[in-house]
Amino acid sequence: MERIDDRPEARLALPSAEPIRLVDRSGGRVPGAPVPAPDPQTLARLLRAMVVGRRFDRQAGALARQGRLAVYPSSFGQEACQVGGALALAPADWLFPTYRDCVSLVARGVDPVEVLTLLRGDWHSGYDPERHRCATQCTPLATNASHAVGLTYAARRKGEDVAALVLMGDGATSEGDAHEAYNFAALWNAPVVFLIQNNQWAISVPVRKQSAAPTLAHKAIGYGMPGVRVDGNDAAAVHAVVDQALAEARCGHGPTIIEAMTYRLDPHTNSDAPQRYRDDDESEPWRERDPIDRLTALLRAEGMVDDAALAAMAEEGERLAAQVRDRLAEDEAPDPESLFAHVYATVPHALARQRATLRDELRGEPDEGPLGEPGAGLPAELRGGAHDELKEV
Amino acid sequence: MELSLAQALNRALRDALREDPDVVVYGEDVGPLGGVFRVTDGLTAEFGEERCFDAPIAESGIVGTAIGMAMNGLRPVVEMQFDAFGYPAFQQVVSHLAKMRNRTMGRLGLPVVVRVPYGGGIGGVEHHSDSSEAYYAHTPGLTVVTPAGPADGYSMLRDAIALPDPVIFLEPKRLYWSKAEVGAPARTEALDRAVVRRAGSDVTLLAYGPTVPTALEAAEAAHADGCAVEVVDLRSLAPFDDATVTASVRRTGRAVVVHEASTFGGYGAEVAARVTEQCFHYLEAPVLRVGGFDIPYPPPKLEHLHLPGVDRILDAIARLQWESGWTPGAAPGGPAGAGPALPAARSTS
Ligand SMILES: Cc1ncc(C[n+]2csc(CCOP(=O)(O)OP(=O)(O)O)c2C)c(N)n1
Repeated sequence: MERIDDRPEARLALPSAEPIRLVDRSGGRVPGAPVPAPDPQTLARLLRAMVVGRRFDRQAGALARQGRLAVYPSSFGQEACQVGGALALAPADWLFPTYRDCVSLVARGVDPVEVLTLLRGDWHSGYDPERHRCATQCTPLATNASHAVGLTYAARRKGEDVAALVLMGDGATSEGDAHEAYNFAALWNAPVVFLIQNNQWAISVPVRKQSAAPTLAHKAIGYGMPGVRVDGNDAAAVHAVVDQALAEARCGHGPTIIEAMTYRLDPHTNSDAPQRYRDDDESEPWRERDPIDRLTALLRAEGMVDDAALAAMAEEGERLAAQVRDRLAEDEAPDPESLFAHVYATVPHALARQRATLRDELRGEPDEGPLGEPGAGLPAELRGGAHDELKEV
Repeated sequence: MELSLAQALNRALRDALREDPDVVVYGEDVGPLGGVFRVTDGLTAEFGEERCFDAPIAESGIVGTAIGMAMNGLRPVVEMQFDAFGYPAFQQVVSHLAKMRNRTMGRLGLPVVVRVPYGGGIGGVEHHSDSSEAYYAHTPGLTVVTPAGPADGYSMLRDAIALPDPVIFLEPKRLYWSKAEVGAPARTEALDRAVVRRAGSDVTLLAYGPTVPTALEAAEAAHADGCAVEVVDLRSLAPFDDATVTASVRRTGRAVVVHEASTFGGYGAEVAARVTEQCFHYLEAPVLRVGGFDIPYPPPKLEHLHLPGVDRILDAIARLQWESGWTPGAAPGGPAGAGPALPAARSTS
């Protein structure tokens, strides 16, 4: 990431062979890193968000195993990527997460229960994207990437200083949508950072079967933007690299692809069967690179946290987990009529009729057929036939 | 032997791979994992990476490469992991796969099978439960079929692989685990035929894939109320078996199409139109459609409200202008010809 001149082309160096690392496995600082380390307060915030995030993640996993969530794709082992990325964003910036990235949403301050709305099966997305500046969690792979480019385009038009962080998996980079978004971003000089969490696996498929590129970060060069590799289990490094890429993006130097090297310690979701495709001992070395242990060691060694501070973080995690458990235990069923409420800005007549059909069904009454209550209708000035009541003839 | 639908499909792929060296199977996670529904379980182990392998996550590329393979003598069978994840491949399917024979004046046919697990009822979060059949069936050049049980699963997949044209092979995912006796490698009816699953003289239910068992359940319930329901399993959505369907509806004089997909512009609209065209003078009532509501597929906790169940089907039957006003729950004796006794309204439940 080191640059000797300010011309945009100067950013187009090949990614370093070794991922950027600021903190080594035993918690020592790595000398000579090309990005400045976050300040002590930021490091403490990163640790806190990872501790709380992991506790949330473990709680959600348990709820999935108990059948209280429909499914849960775990963030376990990837906390440094999700927290390091989310905390690098300014309040006005946007996050574009995937199904994998619940911890990043919690780190960004979204209510954990609202985060779980999707996976609990209550609705497709539980939080207000605008309020939190977090797009919906994206399941169709790589399709969120171009949204970020468009959103920042609009921001620029409106004179807003907004950058965006797109989270995506290694497997998602194979999709055509990823390539199109990278191209748009570079072409439009969009203030977008693509953070690829290379957790080595896409369900059962290892990354070597996704791409013949030397690294996923190498792909960036072909689009005309820089590609950077970072140790994805080093929260300080992820934060620093994302922070710098966002700063570059903001001052008009365009997008960056960051490949964070990490590992999916858990199955793809609670319904996956990893014993079919990978050996257990493969994950052992990754457990030793635990992102929380590493940052804890650094902060302790440098006297930036003590036992009391660590206990307080753990305590906060416990409180959050308890809150999630309690609030999910209430388990109110979603309102059946919500099915029809948000398909269009106003409910067209035909849909209102179907809502009446469902009401009849729920009351155990026979469905009356095609004539029913009228829809609420469009605002009067827009109203056409579709919102008119059917006249009985 | 007793097999689940998933096992029967696995059997079909295995037998096809054994018998024809040109068959290759690929897609996302179909290798060592055996597919997320285990339909390709064990195939890489038995036939090697050359014949059954994992593709990068790129549906358009998967179908595009399959087209290229078929242009040069292979018979690819590719998997879209879930219905909604087949959409990135839509351009390849519609603009090339479906049209190649036509564009080349018949010189180049594409024997490609695209397997698509489809439909809901498995508690899947968004994008995992779409019924995408109408998009495909609307596209000339595609053969679109859907088995509703293990015996057909085996037979229809074998036939689909043998066909010289592209097939969209829709697998009702909520029936993957339902078991039945399968005489593999025996074949059932021809790929393009609809089949009468239950005979009845009062009304015809036209169903396919995931709604066939529901239609049969509804027929049983109506039978208890004195209404004799015939159930036709369409099997082949394109081409459409007009002969079987027309014969049935002309006999019964009433028809209801049942599918999971949203009703508006759905496949049922085509069926209703055809039946009306073919059977107008035999019909005692308009052909009705029973389907999902015209809404995006709901989240897991609400999907049961959306999916057409027995009651919604019985309500539709009750609206078929029975002269004596049949409603589900009516006394036995039931409808007879054009002037039936009452099928009775749904029991309050
Ligand atoms: C367009 C599309 N195709 C297929 C899928 C099914 N699918 C869900 S997750 C997944 C693997 C994704 O791997 P990766 O991008 O590496 O992310 P990870 O799950 O490892 O975080 C697949 C194939 C999908 N969600 N979207």
